[in-house]
Amino acid sequence: MKFQFTKEREAKLPNIFAKYPTKRAAMLPILWLVQEQEGWISEEAMQVVAAKLELAPGAVQEVVSFYTMFNRKPLGQHHIQVCNNFCCRLRGADWLVDYVKQKTGCKVGETSSDGRFHLSTVECLASCGTAPMMQINNDYYENLTPEKVDKILKDLT
Amino acid sequence: MTFVLTKNCEVQNMPQLEVARKHGAYASLEKLFARQPKDIIEEVKTSGLRGRGGAGFPTGMKWSFVPQNTGKPIYLVVNADESEPGTFKDRFLLERDPHLLIEGIIAASYAIGSHTAYVYFRGEFYRQWELFEKACAEARAAGLIGKNILGKGYDLEIYAHRGAGAYICGEETALLSSLEGGRGYPRIKPPFPAIEGLFACPTIVNNVETICAVPYIVREGGAGYRKFGTEKSSGTKLFSVCGHVKKPGVYEVPLGTPFKSFFKDYCGGTNGRPLKAVIVGGSSVPVLTAEQVMTMTLDYEAAQIAGTLLGSGGMIIVDDSVCAVEALADLARFYAHESCGQCTPCREGTGWSKKILDRLEAGRGEDSDISLLLQLADNMGGKTICTFADALAMPIRSWIKCFRTEFEDHLRLKTCPMKIGTLNSIRSS
Ligand SMILES: Cc1cc2nc3c(=O)[nH]c(=O)nc-3n(C[C@H](O)[C@H](O)[C@H](O)COP(=O)(O)O)c2cc1C
Ligand code: SF4
Ligand code: FES
Repeated sequence: MKFQFTKEREAKLPNIFAKYPTKRAAMLPILWLVQEQEGWISEEAMQVVAAKLELAPGAVQEVVSFYTMFNRKPLGQHHIQVCNNFCCRLRGADWLVDYVKQKTGCKVGETSSDGRFHLSTVECLASCGTAPMMQINNDYYENLTPEKVDKILKDLT
Repeated sequence: MTFVLTKNCEVQNMPQLEVARKHGAYASLEKLFARQPKDIIEEVKTSGLRGRGGAGFPTGMKWSFVPQNTGKPIYLVVNADESEPGTFKDRFLLERDPHLLIEGIIAASYAIGSHTAYVYFRGEFYRQWELFEKACAEARAAGLIGKNILGKGYDLEIYAHRGAGAYICGEETALLSSLEGGRGYPRIKPPFPAIEGLFACPTIVNNVETICAVPYIVREGGAGYRKFGTEKSSGTKLFSVCGHVKKPGVYEVPLGTPFKSFFKDYCGGTNGRPLKAVIVGGSSVPVLTAEQVMTMTLDYEAAQIAGTLLGSGGMIIVDDSVCAVEALADLARFYAHESCGQCTPCREGTGWSKKILDRLEAGRGEDSDISLLLQLADNMGGKTICTFADALAMPIRSWIKCFRTEFEDHLRLKTCPMKIGTLNSIRSS
C-alpha cells in the first residue's frame, strides 16, 4: 500500500517546516505525524518523508531505527509499556510485567492474537516515585495495583 | 516549604494563563526589559545559579560565552529530555507550572540575544508536551511570545520538539544532533555548543529547572536568590525521591540542607527497614552508604567531599533488602542498553560489565571478576566522546568500594547470599 498523508496532516507540514532553518530538522516531527496516522512507519512512508525532506531514503531509515519509540511494524491497538528499570523494581514492580502478560496474553515484544494489545518493557519513564507504572499509548498509569491494572485494561476501548 | 521553583505548583489550573497571571506569572518581564541583556547575565552570575541538568556548570558564565558578533542566529535549547533513572523533577515543573518555564525562556533568550528557543521533550512526555503547546498558544495570544513582546521591541519564537526514545539524547550534543533531524549521537567537544551548537550556531543548552529559576533571579536580583543555599551552592534545588522511602515525591530545598533532616522531615524515612545506600543524584553518580550520606549536606561541595555528585537530584533510597551486586547489575543493564555505540570502550565496556555482573549475581563469577570490573571502569572513564561511559564507571567503582564484601560473598558462596538467608547470619557462621 502506498503511503499518503491525510489532507489534514499534509496541511500541517508547512507549519512544521517553518519552525526550523533546515528541512532535515523537521524529521522527527514529520515521523511522529506518520506514526500518529498509521501507528507505525513503513518503508513506503519513509520514502515519502525522505522526498519531503529532500534526503535519500537511507537517511530517514537510519533515524527511524535509532529511536525506540518509532515502530517499524504495526503494533496492537494499545501499546502497553511497562517500566522495569531499577527504581521501579525497588518499589516492587517485578510483578507488573508478569501480570500484564497474563492479562493480555502477550509476551514482551509481542502483540496479542486479537490485535488489541502490544506489550513492551521500557527504561525509566520519569515516574519512579509513583512506581509501579506503565504507559499506555500517550498516558501514564502510576502507583499500580493488580486491581487498578484490571480496571485500566477493561476501560480501554 | 516552598521557595523559588515550586511556589505555585500546588495551585489548581496553574497551567492556564489567567490563573498563572493571578499568581504572578510574567511579573518579571517589566524588570527584564527595563535592563540590558548583559546586565541580566551579570545578575545570573551574581546569583551563583548552577545548571540543574547534572553537571552543575555556572549558568551565568555559560551564557557569557555566547559570541554576540558572529552574524549568526543564537539559539536557546531547553533540555526536557529527563531520562536519568531516579529523576522526575522536570516533569513536575512541566506539569504544574509551564508558564514559569515560558517566563524563564523569555528571560534567558533575551539575555543571550536569542530570538528562537526550542524545548526538547523526551518522546514519552506526550501530555507534558501537549500542555506546553497549549500554554505557549495562550502566551502567544497574549503577546508574550512572538513579535514585539509586550511592545518592548523584542521578538521571540518558542518551539516544542519531541524526541522519540533514547536516553542519550539528554546529553546536550546528542540532543542537538537529534534536534537537527539525525540520530542522537554525541559530538566531540570542543567546539562547545555556546560557540558552535544547533545548526552550527551559538547555542545555550539549559535544563528545565535551571531555566525555571531565572524569573526569580530577574525579579529579586542575584543577591535575592543567594538568600537561599550556601556560598558555593546558592539557591534551592529540586530533589525527586524514590525507592524505599515512605513519602516519595519532588521536594524543593535550599542547597546545604542536611540530608538527615531532609530524609526525616520531607521523606518520612525508609519504609521501615534499615537504610543501606543512597544515590543522591540520579543513577549515574557514585552510591553512598547509609553512614556516609547521613553526615552529608545537600550541596555541590559536600557531595564532592562525600565522593559523589548532586547530579540531577534524582535521589534513590535503597534499604537492606537489596543485594549490591544485583543492584549494580541492573544499573549496568540500563547502560548497556542505552550506549549509542560510537565509542568502543563504552559500547564494549557497558556490555561486558553487564555480563560479568550477571554471572556474579548468579553465583557463576570468577575470582578475577571484581578486578576485571574495576579495570573495565578505568577503561571507560574519560576515554570517550561523551561522559555516558563515566556514568557507569562511577557506579561500578562506588558499589564495589562501598559493598566489596558482598561481591566477595557471591564468589565464595557461589550464589547470591540474599537468596539463602541474611548476610549477617552467613558471615557469622
Ligand atoms: C548521558 C547524559 C545524559 C544526560 N541527560 C540529561 C537530561 O535528561 N536532562 C538534562 O537536563 N541534562 C542531561 N544531561 C546534561 C546535559 O548534557 C547538559 O549538561 C545540560 O542539559 C545543561 O543544562 P544545565 O547547565 O542547565 O544543567 C545529560 C548528560 C549526559 C552525559
Ligand atoms: S561514550 Fe557511549 S554514549 Fe557517549 S558517545 Fe561514546 S558510545 Fe555514545
Ligand atoms: S525507574 Fe521506572 S519510571 Fe523511573
